[in-house]
Formats: sequence, structure tokens, C-alpha cells
Amino acid sequence: MSAAGALPELADVYWRPRMTPERLRRRDRLWTLTTAAHVVPFVAIAIGMVLLSPVALPVSLAALAHAWLIPELYARRGATVTRSLAPSGERPERVSLGLLGDLVDHDARELHARTGLVPEPGRLGTWLVGEAGALLVAGCRVSCWCVRATDPDGARLPSGDRVAHLLLALRSDEEGFATVANLAFSGARWRVRRRLPKRQRAALDAVAESASGRATLRA
Amino acid sequence: MSRLIRMDSSGHTTLAEWTAEDPAAVEAALAAFRAELEQGSIAMVSRGAGHAEHVRELPLDEQLVIMRRPIAGG
Repeated sequence: MSAAGALPELADVYWRPRMTPERLRRRDRLWTLTTAAHVVPFVAIAIGMVLLSPVALPVSLAALAHAWLIPELYARRGATVTRSLAPSGERPERVSLGLLGDLVDHDARELHARTGLVPEPGRLGTWLVGEAGALLVAGCRVSCWCVRATDPDGARLPSGDRVAHLLLALRSDEEGFATVANLAFSGARWRVRRRLPKRQRAALDAVAESASGRATLRA
Repeated sequence: MSRLIRMDSSGHTTLAEWTAEDPAAVEAALAAFRAELEQGSIAMVSRGAGHAEHVRELPLDEQLVIMRRPIAGG
């Protein structure tokens, strides 16, 4: 990706340090620690209660349910970044998809038609760009980024334009893009996959498959 | 023929078309470009797979210049 110029939108988030692969790894680790901090106490309570008294089994099960549910709720929030927004009229949608089609290759066009997501390889991982955000797939981990084009006054952009906005910004400055976007979730791929709409799981699988293929070739 | 387009609610709108041999069309394109920048738009040129560039001046030799709205974290 070209690093010719930083995203102009960075001026609106001047207090955020620019995202780098190292910063991203630190944030990923922080998410893992936070998840563990939510899960471990409930699991400990569950085990402790049963050891103290088998009669407390229902309380123990409730604690285990909490340990499962809290990360699931985070993952659910993350997966919403790929949601489709309400479509515009038929003609604007068609025109915008034509422009988006000119920006990507055949495989990406085909994947977008099936899933609503456009794959874009980058330095931080492989992105899946949607209308209101993007997933960043790196190994077995997925980060969910909430970011969208600001609508022109009193009007709504068609879906293809929404994706094209994010794609052009991502291609011009990937790290700037990750700085402007809000990180909604970072965690295991399987956890996000379960929360995606069925048609979008294929996009995640395709990206994960091609990433593992590249890794095999590198090895 | 080069084109300056804006992504908007219609899909996209062609703001100007020009060739280097037509000074009047070039002038109109430059005026349209400046007006879009004043509205807060950002000019992009696609550089093929995986590459795009933010431009601050209208690149007269490019085939397609795309104006987009700013993005923001949701």
C-alpha cells in the first residue's frame, strides 16, 4: 500500500498515536488480557462453589454462563461492523457498484457480490471492507473496526460508494485508516465468525484460507 | 479524456471532463476541484491494485480523479 500521504482525517483524531504493527499487537494482547480478566474470575467462582458445596451447582453453572457470555457479547458487538446499511435507490446502487467494480479485481468483485465485503491485503493483515467498518484478519485473530464515510448533507451514500470510500482511504494510508477507525473488538476468528451473518462467513473463510496458503508458501 | 467525479447519493456525479488541449475545460475542472475541496471533499487517485493516493492539486494527466467524503470512526 502506498504511504505517499497520511490520511487528512488524522487531524480529527490528533490525540491518537498512529497505529503500527507493534501497537496493534499490544492492543490485541490487551484485549486478550481483558477477556481473561472477565472469564477467569467467573470460572474460579464456578469451580470454588462446587468444591465448597455440590448444592451450589446452579450458582456454579450461572457463573460459567457468565464466563461464556461476556466475550460473546463483545464479539457480537465487533461483528456488527460488517452490517449492511439501508440501500439507496436502485440506480444509485447500480452506479456505485459499477465504480467499486472498477477499483477491485474480478475475485474481489465476486466476493463482494456474494458477501457484501471486499478483501484487501495489507501490511497489518488482510482486510474485509464493508459499508460501516472492516475486519482485519491476521492469523487466527480478527480485529473489528468501526468506520464509515460521512454522508453528504441531507443525503445517503449508496452501498458501493460507502465501501469505495473506505477502500480508497485504506489503500492510501493503511495505518492511518486503523488510527481513524474505532476498534470494536479483537479476538479469536472463530468467535467473530459465529456472530457474522451466514453469507459473510464465506468471506472470512476465504481470507483465512488464502492467508494460510500464503503462509505455507512462505514456509 | 480525463474525468473528475464525486461519490455522492446518486452513485457518482461527473464534475468535469478535460483534455490537455482544451484550456477552457482544464480551467473548469480546476474550478470544480477547488470548489469540492472547499466543501470538505478529499481527492483520490487510484493507482491500481492495493494503491491509492491522496492528491491536493488536480493531476491533469490522470484519467480519473475521485472526490470522496471524509471517513470517521463509528
